[in-house]
Amino acid sequence: MANLPFEGVKALDLTEGGVGPYTSSCLAFFGATLIKIESPNRPDSLRSMPPFKNGVLGHSYYFAYPLSSKRLAITLDLNHPKGLELGKRLVAWSDVIIDSYTGGTMEKWGLDYDNLKKIKPDIIMLRTCMHGHSGPLAGHHGQGFILTALSGFDNIVSWPDRPPAGLYGAFTDHVAPLFNVVSLFAALDYRRRTGKGQYIDQSQHESALQWIAPLILDWTINQREPVANGNRCAYAAPHGIYRCQGDDRWCAIAVFPDDEWESFCRVIEKPAMAKEPKFATLLNRKQNEDELDNIVGEWTIKHTPEEVMHLMQAAGVAAGVVSNSKDVAEDPQLIHNHFFHELDHPEMGKCSFYHGPLFELSKTSYELGRPPLLGESNEYVYTKILGLSDEEWVELITEGVI
Amino acid sequence: MSTMHGLAGHRFRRKPLFRGGDTVVGKAEGMLSQYRVLDLTDEHGFLCGKLLGDLGADVIKIEKPGGDPGRRIGPFYHDIPDPEKSLYWWAFNTSKRGITLDIETADGREIFNRLSRTADVIIESFKPGYMEGLGLGYAALSQINPRLVMTSITGFGQTGPYSNYKAPDIVLWALSGNAYITGDDDRPPLAPSFPIAHFFGAMEAAIGILVALYQCGITGEGQQVNVPAQAGLAWATGPEVQGLWDVDKNIVRRSGRLWRRYRPGTDDKVDYVSIPLIYPCKDGAVRFFPFVQIGMLPSVRALTQWVIDEGMANKALKQVEWSEVDWQKIDQKTVDEITESFGKFFMTHTKAELWEGAQKMGIQLYPLFTPGDMLGFEQLTIREYWTEIEHPELGTSVTYPGAFAKMREAPCEVRCRAPLIGEHNEEIYLGELGISREELLLLKQARVI
Repeated sequence: MANLPFEGVKALDLTEGGVGPYTSSCLAFFGATLIKIESPNRPDSLRSMPPFKNGVLGHSYYFAYPLSSKRLAITLDLNHPKGLELGKRLVAWSDVIIDSYTGGTMEKWGLDYDNLKKIKPDIIMLRTCMHGHSGPLAGHHGQGFILTALSGFDNIVSWPDRPPAGLYGAFTDHVAPLFNVVSLFAALDYRRRTGKGQYIDQSQHESALQWIAPLILDWTINQREPVANGNRCAYAAPHGIYRCQGDDRWCAIAVFPDDEWESFCRVIEKPAMAKEPKFATLLNRKQNEDELDNIVGEWTIKHTPEEVMHLMQAAGVAAGVVSNSKDVAEDPQLIHNHFFHELDHPEMGKCSFYHGPLFELSKTSYELGRPPLLGESNEYVYTKILGLSDEEWVELITEGVI
Repeated sequence: MSTMHGLAGHRFRRKPLFRGGDTVVGKAEGMLSQYRVLDLTDEHGFLCGKLLGDLGADVIKIEKPGGDPGRRIGPFYHDIPDPEKSLYWWAFNTSKRGITLDIETADGREIFNRLSRTADVIIESFKPGYMEGLGLGYAALSQINPRLVMTSITGFGQTGPYSNYKAPDIVLWALSGNAYITGDDDRPPLAPSFPIAHFFGAMEAAIGILVALYQCGITGEGQQVNVPAQAGLAWATGPEVQGLWDVDKNIVRRSGRLWRRYRPGTDDKVDYVSIPLIYPCKDGAVRFFPFVQIGMLPSVRALTQWVIDEGMANKALKQVEWSEVDWQKIDQKTVDEITESFGKFFMTHTKAELWEGAQKMGIQLYPLFTPGDMLGFEQLTIREYWTEIEHPELGTSVTYPGAFAKMREAPCEVRCRAPLIGEHNEEIYLGELGISREELLLLKQARVI
């Protein structure tokens, strides 16, 4: 019984940052053996990205977050001729190679797909970068902190009377891995059935644009640009986020068909309002939406967001607490779905912000692992997997290859 | 007695992988071409089947007779509010075939059972328990087909305290922790004006399906995939938000166009400094990433030089030595002074000018793109991202976003436009399921199909 279906699959992870490591984590959740390769001269840049646990340099939340799966971590300087030779031996060991370099780097080492295939004919190579591995921007450096702009997301997060507020943080770093994992898992299945490898070239920009395809069609067909409208929805009212009792407490409420409107009016103890000409129909509610929103806000401010949500949902009206990070950590539904996992780390200690797969399979298990220390599996990988003698291994250290 | 009982002896004919005729499906074999997917989802799950279809799976979108409610979602082709012209439907149902079937009727259920016999995957996004209520839950369907992967996409999952809660986009956005950190600090939390929250569920579902298919290939057994979109979306709030609560008991608040950088303060308290991340410019806005690490220095130095060269740098910016700037230590007043000139400078340039300069000088700056900007973006054109999809029913073709990734051995591609209502009824019911034309006519009039 294969409870960890990818057991036996071997993968080399030549990525850094958020997108690549999260992609490779998903392989390891389901049993793949994963080797993360970092340059001894230039480790994963997220290791030095604050905030740090207890302010200690290197104990980065950014680094730890996507690396919640088991993996062997080694250092290897692929710019060193000996390092490159070892890298090629690891290619022969692996079934999957994931890299997040910009265009030209793997090619420089002779580790492009055609060359990898010569070493391992059924290799799966997944490459992920901002703009893909062809075209004038193939070598372009970038990151999720600004790719949200190019992906059109920022422009649709705005009040009508203000410049766009944009999405929080490196949002596309949480979109791109999903496309990568779909591609990669499909390739593994294809390889299992056909014995054929695959080359996957992901432009994170191109993947992200998939999500706003209707807005793109609205442009290519109707030449219309999207207009951000705060929290309003063209075909629902009330639809928004309303202030509740407490410090910076809010609740989202969304009322769609007329029966929900009637339920909503009963919940706020204004049943007669349901039939008031100003609000009885959706068209009227949209016309008088400012006034309506004020009425909603006068009621919500007297209640906690939890009360608003439970009262509304019990009456069949969609509502949800605007959860802050404390609420998310305590959310009974997320807890029910095993959203957070605690992992212990020899340097960072215990943290509970780790995640496993974000879906549940009835017959497949998964396993997690803590974020790796730099080069912590060097001895195991170089002596046990590649079969180097202890002397050769020590030589690699003294020569600065690893 | 079911009017369908006379059909029980018919054998389901496995569909040919690639069809000719008037349906243009399957340009080349994809990685998932051997799989059949029955897609019962609403707009929250459309994307899942579409991705599997782009990878070659034979995805059959099953709609209620008369058409899926998702066809009411705008925008519309030339603003004609017609169920065949919803661009939302078009965008997320490409690479699928389409049939109509009311699984709430006894005949509909029997037909669905027969379809399930040759399917590998079912995707549904009904309220938890709906399929079981119809006798079409996993327990029943796995009796018919033990290899079946039964996938349920909902806001909160199949069980748990919120499992029956309604979950439109804004509610999920709120309950996942995203709304609280989005928007200006002097206004209510903000949700995107175009719904993206449920895409996390749809995509996690595709991932879960692929794990289950892989395992089925080893064990011969299917299973259930339960996908709560809330979890996928909560994950996207990321390390800073979740780490700072878990460890530091600090709640990250929304700060609009400013990037609030958290750092250790005095007395073990967490302090922060706010750095502008989005700046308005002459014809829109740009994102500039000011993070100062060794690798990022050339970017921020290049922008500084550009501002100086155009005579727009204030004293603070002229004097700044970026290698000494540490966001962990810098005070807010200094940040405000040195970024003030950036803000003024950007206002004197267009998105296009700033992008052109940024590329030339290696500055980490991206314009806030509109769809028009995207269509004009050279990189996407050169990579042939855009794909022309035929709409024979309109006598035209339409420019769509193309493959979500470029693949060499077996392509990922948009295989055909979204199906018309019941477009493949005859192909599937007559040609593959072996239903007679007489029965088809009867079922149509009975509103079963």
